[in-house]
Amino acid sequence: MSTRDTDWDGVRLHVVTGKGGTGKTTVASALALALASGGKRVLLIEVEGRQGIAQVFDRPPLPYEERKIAVAPAGDTQPSGDVYALVADPESALLEYLEMFYNLRHAGKALTKFGVMDFATTIAPGLRDVLLTGKAAEAVRRKKGARLVYDAVVLDAPPTGRIGRFLNVTSEVSGLARVGPIRNHADTVQKVIHSPESAVHFVTTLEEMPVQEVLDGIAELRNLPGGGIQVGGIMINMVRPLGLPPGQLEEVAGGSVDEHELATGLKAAGLDGSRRLAADLAAELVEHAVTAASQQEQRRRLAEPGQPCYDLPMITDGIDLAGLYRLAAALRDQGAA
Amino acid sequence: MSKVKPPVLEVDRLIDDRRTRVIVCCGSGGVGKTTTAAAIGLRAAERGRHVVVLTVDPARRLAQSMGLSRLDNTPRPVPFPQRADATAPAGTSASAETNAPVGTADEGTGLNGTPGGSLHAMMLDMKRTFDEIVEAHADPDRAAQILANPFYQSLSSGFSGTQEYMAMEKLGQLRRAEEWDLIVVDTPPSRSALDFLDAPQRLGRFLDGRLIRLLVVPAKVGGRAYLKVLNASFGMVTGVLTKVLGAQVLKDVQTFVSALDTMFGGFRERADYTYRLLRAPGTAFLVIAAPEPDALREASYFVERLAQEGMPLAGLVLNRVHRSPAARLSAARSLAAAETLQAADGKDADSHALTIAALRLHAEQMQQSAAEHRVAEHFTAAHPHVPVVEVPAQPDDVHDLAGLAAVGDSFRTE
Repeated sequence: MSTRDTDWDGVRLHVVTGKGGTGKTTVASALALALASGGKRVLLIEVEGRQGIAQVFDRPPLPYEERKIAVAPAGDTQPSGDVYALVADPESALLEYLEMFYNLRHAGKALTKFGVMDFATTIAPGLRDVLLTGKAAEAVRRKKGARLVYDAVVLDAPPTGRIGRFLNVTSEVSGLARVGPIRNHADTVQKVIHSPESAVHFVTTLEEMPVQEVLDGIAELRNLPGGGIQVGGIMINMVRPLGLPPGQLEEVAGGSVDEHELATGLKAAGLDGSRRLAADLAAELVEHAVTAASQQEQRRRLAEPGQPCYDLPMITDGIDLAGLYRLAAALRDQGAA
Repeated sequence: MSKVKPPVLEVDRLIDDRRTRVIVCCGSGGVGKTTTAAAIGLRAAERGRHVVVLTVDPARRLAQSMGLSRLDNTPRPVPFPQRADATAPAGTSASAETNAPVGTADEGTGLNGTPGGSLHAMMLDMKRTFDEIVEAHADPDRAAQILANPFYQSLSSGFSGTQEYMAMEKLGQLRRAEEWDLIVVDTPPSRSALDFLDAPQRLGRFLDGRLIRLLVVPAKVGGRAYLKVLNASFGMVTGVLTKVLGAQVLKDVQTFVSALDTMFGGFRERADYTYRLLRAPGTAFLVIAAPEPDALREASYFVERLAQEGMPLAGLVLNRVHRSPAARLSAARSLAAAETLQAADGKDADSHALTIAALRLHAEQMQQSAAEHRVAEHFTAAHPHVPVVEVPAQPDDVHDLAGLAAVGDSFRTE
């Protein structure tokens, strides 16, 4: 029950991708928190075995098990929400799968000891991805009685370079298993991922390469055979305020700073050696303006695909829990969740 | 608390030393590895080395940053302007002209008496590299059979570890070619820097391993020994694999494995050769990191791992560091001054708007710089002997040779 509209009402599987170093896991965690606020239950899934979620939430390493890791703030009239986390690895997912379909858990354990599980997921690389996306699809559909167990699932997915492949499960597996249970499993996963209940969000910073990867990734998802996958929002991470009025930005970026004016100002503020200080601050100002101008350019490029963009502020002192809640609030304020 | 100051990493000395033959740039994703590798390659070429830069990044970033539209599986010459201020070592006669003629990459001795360095760059095509190994080791019929096998196709383009393995293979090939006196390697963009060391052996072990051989048992008499080891489980193993993967996949694997049989062992030998190459004198590892907790944590793991493996670490390149030219003005004083002016401006319109903006920005810059310092100090406290060089954050993205040269200038040894 939502009391306000968000841009992604109806989406229950949020896949988060982005170039390495852009803060993908942090943003996925903030999104899970944002989605949970107002009494919701959200599952956050990690698939790359980095234990990044544990680090973001300042917890010891997480097992292959759905565990509550955070409480989202309560709304004015609503109760607080819960974020659960799951670190999914292909071997455990395969074991679970064998148990579910063949009642093979004991045999599976023996096989794990021989390295057969590792071997199976290795000789069929697509299998790994299907097992992981399958886990997310299963959580999205899981019900207890008539009620869905999770209101939303956030998947901290592989980086943009691999995302098309990771999500395009059926075609990946079709080369391997033409018939059989894995194929059926893949078809179910495919249905969930291609449905309007799923969306892929992109995390980026305002730098050329990460932005390029976002644009490439969006194009790739849109052009996938089978109707494409819904592209979600663009989360612009580590945004710093411009610090200068937009009109002045270009001027300063071009190198024109009135050092005399600066020196006068510094003197008025009672700072010594104002002349040399003015020159140094002017240099710093120009450098900042050049960066800011190039970031504005990246912003223009990000507008091209026509997807909503959300700004997440730069948190200078490293992300702690308080910082994470700030990012979650920013996402909610902008309607991302 | 006393602050530990790390020794300075002298990149120029490293690249000027003719005994340095391989530089491996590693680090976690998104820290500017590719750019750093390219910048080091360019600087070494400017200083007279014959350099090839090997990049493994599928995002074609090096291609972009070197202004090349296409990098395929062979080294391509990168023409670069010889700059006077890149000053090469001993016997340099570099003219003071700023726009000296463009050096052609294939020429041993440069034009007009400039020190004759050269620069090539290549991007790894892992499938092509794998195909070439197959073609080199099997007769044409068998090679064709292997290349057409569905399992081989997924192995050569999708297996995690293939990229790392082929990067090492290519490094070995470049080294054997003896056409370059310095190879700069940019490692694959794996989630963890350690993958680069582990993946090739993992692939070798896999191709050479017990289980894959077990699958060929029906085709091989010698396989009986393996049967005994696992005899009770054998039926179960194939049973489960068939259930999960389908019979066709197993059949493809079996065909592939028997076709590849003569090449087994070869794989591991090749992996071992490059692994030894990494430990040989003349190889230097550079760990690249951004001044952020995650990147430096990865860098720490890597430094410890290199020490464990007896691999030569040259030092840490701390990328994208923010330093203020006005560092003598602290964040606190800068903010206070901004507030003073703001209060004064209340009466007098906003006559000091520019100064206030400059002071606030400066305070922010100082705070960021302090935060970066703190994480860098954590690293140095744990690894006090690892030399460090800082590369200042570039105001604009690096996407051309001039940008790479500017990065390279921060390697100048004072």
